[in-house]
Amino acid sequence: MKNIKIKADNLNVHYGDKQALFDVSMYMEEKQVTALIGPSGCGKSTFIRCLNRMNDVIDICKVQGKIEIDGNDIYAPSMQVEQLRERVGMVFQKPNPFPKTIFENVAYGPRIHGIAENKSDLEEIVVNSLKKAALFDEVKDRLNDAGTGLSGGQQQRLCIARAISVNPDIILMDEPCSALDPIATARIEELMGELKTEYTIIIVTHSMQQAARVSSRTGFFHLGKLVEVDKTETIFSNPSDQRTQDYITGRFG
Amino acid sequence: MTDRIEQRINSLNKRLNSEKRFRIYCIGAMSFALAWVLILFLNIFSSGYSAFYRTVIQVNVPFVNLIEDISQFSEMSSEDINKLSMYSFSKKTIYGLFPDIEEKKDKKMLIRIFSIEFEQEIREFLKSNKSNINETETIYLTASDDVDQVNKGNYPRDLDEDKRRIKDIQLLFFDDLVDRGLVSYEFNLPFLMRGDSREPELAGVGGSIVGSLFTIMVVLILSFPIGIFAAIYLEEFAPRNRVTDFIEININNLAAVPSIVFGLLGLGIILNTFGLPRSTPLVGGIVLSLMTLPTIIIATRASLRAVPPSIREGALAVGATKMQAVMHHVVPVAMPGALTGTIIGLAQALGETAPLLLIGMVAFVVDVPQTPLDASASLPVQVYLWSESAERGYVEKTSATIMMLLGFLILMNLAAVLIRRKFETKW
Amino acid sequence: MGFILISLIVLIGFTSYFLGSLRAKKLRTSNQKNLTSLNHYYGYYVALWAVVPALLILLMITSFKSFFIEQYVLSDFIALGSYTETELSLLFTQIENTALGIKLFDENTILIDDAVNKLNYINKTIENLTYVTVLGLSGLLVLYSLININYKLNSRKIVEKFLLVLYFTCSLVAIMTTVGIIFSLLYETLRFFSQVPITDFLFGLNWSPQRVFVREAGDLDTRDLANAFGAVPLFAGTFLIALIAMCVSVPVGLFTAIYMAEYASPKVRDWAKPIIEILAGIPTVVYGFFAALTVAPLVRDIGQGAGLTVSSESALAAGFVMGIMIIPFISSLSDDVIKSVPQSLREGSYAMGATKRETIVKVLLPAALPGIVGSFLLAVSRAIGETMIVVMAAGLNAKLTANPLDAATTITTQIVVILIGDQEFDSPKTQSAFALGLTLFVVTLALNFIALQVVKKYTERYD
Repeated sequence: MKNIKIKADNLNVHYGDKQALFDVSMYMEEKQVTALIGPSGCGKSTFIRCLNRMNDVIDICKVQGKIEIDGNDIYAPSMQVEQLRERVGMVFQKPNPFPKTIFENVAYGPRIHGIAENKSDLEEIVVNSLKKAALFDEVKDRLNDAGTGLSGGQQQRLCIARAISVNPDIILMDEPCSALDPIATARIEELMGELKTEYTIIIVTHSMQQAARVSSRTGFFHLGKLVEVDKTETIFSNPSDQRTQDYITGRFG
Repeated sequence: MTDRIEQRINSLNKRLNSEKRFRIYCIGAMSFALAWVLILFLNIFSSGYSAFYRTVIQVNVPFVNLIEDISQFSEMSSEDINKLSMYSFSKKTIYGLFPDIEEKKDKKMLIRIFSIEFEQEIREFLKSNKSNINETETIYLTASDDVDQVNKGNYPRDLDEDKRRIKDIQLLFFDDLVDRGLVSYEFNLPFLMRGDSREPELAGVGGSIVGSLFTIMVVLILSFPIGIFAAIYLEEFAPRNRVTDFIEININNLAAVPSIVFGLLGLGIILNTFGLPRSTPLVGGIVLSLMTLPTIIIATRASLRAVPPSIREGALAVGATKMQAVMHHVVPVAMPGALTGTIIGLAQALGETAPLLLIGMVAFVVDVPQTPLDASASLPVQVYLWSESAERGYVEKTSATIMMLLGFLILMNLAAVLIRRKFETKW
Repeated sequence: MGFILISLIVLIGFTSYFLGSLRAKKLRTSNQKNLTSLNHYYGYYVALWAVVPALLILLMITSFKSFFIEQYVLSDFIALGSYTETELSLLFTQIENTALGIKLFDENTILIDDAVNKLNYINKTIENLTYVTVLGLSGLLVLYSLININYKLNSRKIVEKFLLVLYFTCSLVAIMTTVGIIFSLLYETLRFFSQVPITDFLFGLNWSPQRVFVREAGDLDTRDLANAFGAVPLFAGTFLIALIAMCVSVPVGLFTAIYMAEYASPKVRDWAKPIIEILAGIPTVVYGFFAALTVAPLVRDIGQGAGLTVSSESALAAGFVMGIMIIPFISSLSDDVIKSVPQSLREGSYAMGATKRETIVKVLLPAALPGIVGSFLLAVSRAIGETMIVVMAAGLNAKLTANPLDAATTITTQIVVILIGDQEFDSPKTQSAFALGLTLFVVTLALNFIALQVVKKYTERYD
């Protein structure tokens, strides 16, 4: 068994009076792809946003419980959220490149965290990130063009490059392909296969087929509860819970 | 039976006629509104364009009669020339145009054809040309306001003599000078450069232009940063509580307060409590900034709101602080909208008169102001001041000032629209 | 003095930024330990400490020094107790001029000489004091903040906190402005009402403040004040002119709005609407000039041709031109409101066989009514608060009249007339202008508030 990178213990999340997550506990392994599946509104996006404390942005969101990354409680008062997000990157459902040049999009993170020592260092980081995101060859001649001028799939890879640029350990992906066409989707899935050798990846997905293709472990969420989490093959061929079985056979969702 | 049908047809016709009439009322109303825009512009333009030209009369000035050795002039300093007594010399020069007149009364009338500053004009010519002055020089002296108006055809020449200011004999002199080709019509550059004057023919808008410029500069320096910062706070950082609501209510209220109330504020607090100098663009600028602030804040907030939240989230996810996300990503994108709002606010401030009247920017200012701490007037205030004067010459100058004011406003609004079109990001 | 000092402070600011960043860099490399923030944030940290307190002190000194100077220089005269406030400030100006070398008195009294000396002395002292305090404080704080830089100091947090406070303070300017307005109006108004009873003001029929002479301080006869500050003619005049303006702008504005919303092609609407909005952008002084020079004589000539007596400055001329200025307020707002009535209502009416006019009058206008009424109220509020058109084209004669061909005066005109000359601040005349201002402020605010409420309460929600 690989090392445990992320561990969630009895996580309860409320939006005002409404409870969105009930007592979720699971672990995610290092340098593996863990998929989170379930019907709309089941809480998987809420869960993944807890892992990099993006839920802090929402005033009425209350998080109780513990989440540990490498043994450190990320909700401890001593944890600087900006540094957390340097180690835990996020790619969003709809690609959201900054309205700046391609170069600047990727350079922004290293800049504000002071990662690069000088200009050539920064350029190296940008080029490497773009290469790792399988985008460099397509944009190497136009790094000073607007990031928003790329196609949907390219924009999403740009966002991946941006996430990689600060050298995180973990990359969170919240339905990264749902706004993309099948070819772009395939490219990103292929990318994930390469990335997992270096990064721990957690992906929320609507598509069970995608989960089956890319992940080694899968968690099934339903109505705010983590119903079942296990090796991907097990979930999809021999689930323990009836609800899981119903979901993957298409009875609902 | 046919009665009923006739009745129905009649009532239908009535309704259709009513519809036609209604449509005509509507078109009439809109044409009325559009017509007045046209009338206003035409009226101003037609009465104002002549102010950009002035009448001058050619005179031969024999400087050799002033000092026989004309080379002495090149060694004199300006102060020396100022001390020279030139009044009777200048008068004699003018008499030289009509050497045959003898009656003192007629001679006085001849002098009055020229602007009252004729001696000063000859003196100024001497000062600027003292190093290579000829024995006799040809100088173009400014005509008096009445003559200027006669030349422009604005003066009712056929009124009885005692009902008008220009006398018959002066008209004779004038017509004779015209026949001799000594009267010319040139572009009125001094109008644009000089300050105000008691004599209409010498009055210029230079002072007011500079005064307006200084005032707008002060408004820009004060209201742009404060407005942008306030909008950023209210839109991005302010918690939803009663203090914030109260601030927003205040801003919306201030946008609706009549401008004269701001003048009272300026008078009561800025002049009295803080003791800043009256009549200066500095104080005028401070008062107008308070008026412009709500406009800038409201426009900037709208631009900030138009930036989609996904940009903010993207920045936060990379580990930026909220301040960094806002300042590095949101604000730059919202800048064009903020600038547009600022320019529109500045245009409104440029046209304001009432508050400036109350804080004393009505100074009759002869010199063009050099700093924002010198007393001055502004373009709209100048319009007000000149419109109160009776002389005909001021009417055309007032209209010309209005033309310039409108010109600046049109430029500013065009700039705002262009900025908006060119730089606005479509999401 | 101010400019030199500010330039010096700015210079110190740049230097301290440089020093701060340098120190941070040194700390970083000397121990190979990481600092919490990037170097430039430490630079800003030191620069802020250097610049902000210094500027604040400078601002405070500049704002309040004139008050203290005046008190100090005039202390002997004040002790005599026989001068009014106005006389004191006049005296101060004379002393200032004397100090500059302008000969005002044939022979200076001892008191005047003393005062001139005091003025020179205090000016010099304050100048020196300011330099020392501001620059000294700045320097000390630079040292303090440089020493303070260590590994635990999170300068980015401090700098960002400062920015947040700065932004918050800017947003308070709006409140401070309102407070300033209310305070300055209220203060003078209360002083006014201590000399002239409020009932006289609100209900009196005679407005002639020019009659009130200010004699020796304390010698004002209350009989002089009575019957001179009755504001009813002003209210009537304001109302009359606003009424005339509305008579012009309401029909024109409304019908124009209807045409633009329902009849005009999009192309026509595209250029007609901005052109009409130009009317709102023209400075009011231009309208005033137009009214005084062209419209008023025209009205007079037409009137005299018809055998009526028309004064040369008629309420009709001013009201008419004001009406034209207000047209866009009504037409643009009403146009937006009418357009926002859902298509389903129109279709329902046409489906019944109604003509366009009937649909508009019977279905659309009633639905859009709250918004339209709101626009009327806003237009009235604008008309009441308008100054330049009435100053230049209506009269200064405060006669109570309902005849539009007469001259009439308004609240705003009187404010300008009273304050545009030399003012003495303790005379009831000057204070009455503030009382008028307060009335205006309250009324326009109330109108705007009612307009907002009307729109909010009665607008139908169609989804």
